Amino acid sequence: MTSFAIGVVGASWGGLAALSELVKSLPRDFVLPLAVVQHRSKQADNLLAQLLQDMTPLRVVDVEDKEPIQPGTVYIAPANYHMLVEDGHFSLTTDPLVRFSRPSIDVTFVSAGDAYPGATLGVILTGANDDGSRGLRHIVNRGGKAIVQNPETAESRTMPKAAIEAVPEAEVLELRKIGPRLVTLTTSAAKKSRAISDG
Amino acid sequence: MAVQIDESPSVLIDSGSYDPDLERIEIELLLEGIFRHYGFDFRSYAYASVRRRLWKRIEAEGLPTVSALQAEVLHRPQLMEKLLLDLSINVTAMFRDPGFYRAFRERVVPLLRTYPFIRVWHAGCATGEEVYSMAILLQEEGLYERSRIYATDINEIVLAKAKEGIFPIDRMQEYTENYIAAGGKRAFSDYYTAKYGGALFSDSLTKNVVFSLHNLVTDGSFSEFNVILCRNVLIYFDKSLQSRVHGLFYDSLAQFGILVLGSKESLRFSPFEDNYEQINGPEKIFRKVR
Repeated sequence: MTSFAIGVVGASWGGLAALSELVKSLPRDFVLPLAVVQHRSKQADNLLAQLLQDMTPLRVVDVEDKEPIQPGTVYIAPANYHMLVEDGHFSLTTDPLVRFSRPSIDVTFVSAGDAYPGATLGVILTGANDDGSRGLRHIVNRGGKAIVQNPETAESRTMPKAAIEAVPEAEVLELRKIGPRLVTLTTSAAKKSRAISDG
Repeated sequence: MAVQIDESPSVLIDSGSYDPDLERIEIELLLEGIFRHYGFDFRSYAYASVRRRLWKRIEAEGLPTVSALQAEVLHRPQLMEKLLLDLSINVTAMFRDPGFYRAFRERVVPLLRTYPFIRVWHAGCATGEEVYSMAILLQEEGLYERSRIYATDINEIVLAKAKEGIFPIDRMQEYTENYIAAGGKRAFSDYYTAKYGGALFSDSLTKNVVFSLHNLVTDGSFSEFNVILCRNVLIYFDKSLQSRVHGLFYDSLAQFGILVLGSKESLRFSPFEDNYEQINGPEKIFRKVR
């Protein structure tokens, strides 16, 4: 079974409620670092990180440049920057908008797929545009795995629908089942890394 | 007007054969070649970011690999010019992040009032919008007459623009809003006249500004400063180069000097964290204390 190094989660319209539900469903010993890209206004402050922190025992971090990627942590892409995944840390850029967005889900997903080929887990949630579908395709092309929220029950179906069109092999799940699925997918990996550190 | 760019070159490319280690070798060879042949040193830039920009150029030129770009760039100086623009970052705005300027007025200006003479280094000033913003702020606070701003950048073309002081007229509405949010004390339009199809900023703002070429990657310290501003420049460097530049800033700051970084930049991951104290509030304003 694949051992995942990072999970990347993209959401837009309706994302706050969806992210809250996802984060709430993760247990305290959930190890996979999660990088969250939620579209928001360029003036947005770190409110999103605070809101999510209130819902989980996991550490929630508003990312700063060169933030190290650590287990058991939920990372939030800051407003008005693109967030790139590098080997072991994040980098931020103020490059032009991509698909009318900064942060763009595609930018983070593509960089994650390249930094951790075969070890990236991409998740697309609700949203009213198609950002993220190219990035998700890229993750899968690089040997990673794709999960998409069921568009029929998403608050806004456009983004998950576009993601499924781009990645037909994606696993389509109800929102409430995504958290538990992430746990199943990463448990074996956690055991493996524990075994390594114990050894 | 933001340019619309689609992401992901490599989705178009046969991914079955993707080898990240090989690509890294290709990119390192390309950057080494550019440095040795043209003298531009991008070898310590943040990898994912450089890689993303290189691929945009590779796509635009219809080339298959990084190695193919290397051959083209080394033999065609015109392509190097394009790539140089791709790789340098010149995103800026007047009173960008107004909250920072407000904090600077409230927290830093009172400290500066105690100095007989104020030396400011704006490192990586690009086309100068933020230099003019600081000049306006210092003028309004009555400190400009005893200040000197050294505005530096690696790129001659953008420095020439900065010296001109002509900015796009269609951005004046945005800049006016920023100026007000930044705690501006006058009418923003007092500072410019519509001319040459742009907004020409007053000469009085640049009489104490020295624009100069300086390369943070290779050049050393050139004076001692009370304030160093370097916002959203270091994010394009890798950690080792960031540390080097932080060393340069540390050496160039007077005791109790002020270091200003971009709103999502941090000293937490640098070796100089303990040498500074952050000034209260969310803005990245630090004071050298030891």
